[in-house]
Amino acid sequence: MNNLGIAASIAAAHKDTPGGLLPALHGIQDALGHVPPDAVPLIAEQFNLSRAEVHGVVSYYHHFRSAPAGRLLVQVCRAEACKAMGADALLAHAEQRLGCGVHGTSADGRCSLEPVFCLGLCASSPAIAVNGEVHARITPALFDDITREARSAS
Amino acid sequence: MTITLYVPRDSAALAVGADQVARQIEAQARARSADVRIVRNGSRGLFWLEPMVEVATPQGRVAYGPVTGADVAGLFDAGFLSGGAHALNLGLTEEIPYLKKQERLTFARMGLTDPVSVADYEAHEGFAGLRRALTLAPAEIVQQVLDSGLRGRGGAAFPAGIKWKTVLAAEAPQKYIVCNADEGDSGTFSDRMTMEGDPLMLVEGMAIAGMATGATEGYIYVRSEYPHAIAALDEAIRHAGQAGFLGDDILGSGRSFRLTVRKAAGAYVCGEETALLESLEGRRGIVRAKPPLPALQGLFGQPTVINNVITLASVPLILARGADFYKHYGMGRSRGTLPFQLAGNIRHGGLVEKAFGLSLRELLYDFGGGSASGRPIKAVQVGGPLGAYVPESQWDLPLDYEAYAAVGAVVGHGGIVVHDDTADMSQLARYAMEFCAIESCGKCTPCRIGSTRGVEVIDKITGNQNRPQQVILLRDLCDTMLHGSLCAMGGMTPYPVLSAINHYPEDFGIEAPDRAAA
Repeated sequence: MNNLGIAASIAAAHKDTPGGLLPALHGIQDALGHVPPDAVPLIAEQFNLSRAEVHGVVSYYHHFRSAPAGRLLVQVCRAEACKAMGADALLAHAEQRLGCGVHGTSADGRCSLEPVFCLGLCASSPAIAVNGEVHARITPALFDDITREARSAS
Repeated sequence: MTITLYVPRDSAALAVGADQVARQIEAQARARSADVRIVRNGSRGLFWLEPMVEVATPQGRVAYGPVTGADVAGLFDAGFLSGGAHALNLGLTEEIPYLKKQERLTFARMGLTDPVSVADYEAHEGFAGLRRALTLAPAEIVQQVLDSGLRGRGGAAFPAGIKWKTVLAAEAPQKYIVCNADEGDSGTFSDRMTMEGDPLMLVEGMAIAGMATGATEGYIYVRSEYPHAIAALDEAIRHAGQAGFLGDDILGSGRSFRLTVRKAAGAYVCGEETALLESLEGRRGIVRAKPPLPALQGLFGQPTVINNVITLASVPLILARGADFYKHYGMGRSRGTLPFQLAGNIRHGGLVEKAFGLSLRELLYDFGGGSASGRPIKAVQVGGPLGAYVPESQWDLPLDYEAYAAVGAVVGHGGIVVHDDTADMSQLARYAMEFCAIESCGKCTPCRIGSTRGVEVIDKITGNQNRPQQVILLRDLCDTMLHGSLCAMGGMTPYPVLSAINHYPEDFGIEAPDRAAA
């Protein structure tokens, strides 16, 4: 089944769930890595909504992506507790090492960098997540080790 | 004899290598033919010691930490399976002063049990509250919660019993219990710890809320940044259902309550209760105007109890031990305990549950041990990103909702973020406005536009462009946001901004006397 077929079938599976649009979008993003813009009309049809309404939901939430991320998705916490422990410098280090800015993907398409506002690791800051795995008490050297390891694993 | 070891499964332990430690222990035990059983418990909340491994000995549990995978072989060599001496040996866990000095009511089980084991939960007073609730009339359960003095732990501190009473009195074909587990505030992790380390307590609290109000459906709205919490909740709900504590005929009572976990999608404002309800209904998380109150027209237009994780998790103990037991803790109108969360630039960061009334100074120094950097502590943000920065002159105030409100600060959920003297308060104020601009839902103008203008005005102040006028403008803007915003997002962003400029004017390049204008 192609991506659009997968998206349509996931949407169909959730259409009778009360408030099922978010669970459907999560399902689609979990399966495809993003919510393809082409899938929006199909999702809208399943939920009997307008395309604008579905687009509105996809674009409102930071978690949903309309384009795939790089194979290495690095999230650096920018919130206060991490800032108090050097998150701003860590973010600058991440941009330089990954070769992309915040919300960007590196030119080779391998790495994406996203800010995140709190991973709930505020007593072990600064914290990052790499492909969904959390890491805390991050130093620039540790950042390099973790991303190097994740890059070779992905 | 099998020796039981505890390696936390809390995200904060996993984030510093707990899985690797558990794997190393398994490998070493196999190689040495040691008979061990590893329980993946919740964290005790002493995060600077994570991963903290505990060994069950006849004298009690002995703690070791912080343990790395590389330490494990050495620990075996030192005889840690019988509590042997080692540089990482912390002694009996219960005797660690940080833990011993606490008053753990809600967090009493945290780290003791296997979080998803119903048998373990019941062996530690679990489901005693629900069992008692099943013997009471709904109004009697509500009365217990009212009498306990429990106020919303999510930050707003609204009396929980009043919400419950309103929902109980409402006539409707369907009522709901919604748990706000969208713990987006920096400096908070007590909800996450509860969901990961003692999720059955939340399940029980929600079931009791259902019995109290006649709601038969519950939703837990958990942030997408908390995958481990979602997994633990799903498992706990499954186990509770199998054991008859959830479902169509709870413990043969004929009463029913079902629970569903819903994953959020990274919008901070969905921690506001009406935006959360919109999100649960499958829409953009835009704040609703109140009235109608969610208690009367909440989820899908039906009467809804919406409470934070800790609020609901506090209920089982209140029912099990009675309202008087709980009310006995605390001061003034702040009854019970609050799980304070020490975070940011602090040496001993972690979870400190204490009765209301202790001071910030006690938390920062007696528990926290001062800053992590070793530099003087400059500012402490209490109550999350929308809470005020509290200067040293106020560190001896009792942590009590009313005492903090009197100085323009908030206790909120008890999240405490520490900054040392390298912090530039003008930049933290700017960040508060920037965060509001990023996360505003956009429904009301003061928040949507005010936050962007706030960033610009602060930039002009720090850039010394017409500074005196810009300071007046910033105060005026904050006044508009405070009084004109639809919810706490825009309405409380002025708290960190104004407290920064009032208490640390020198960071904005202004003379202290401007304080008088506040």
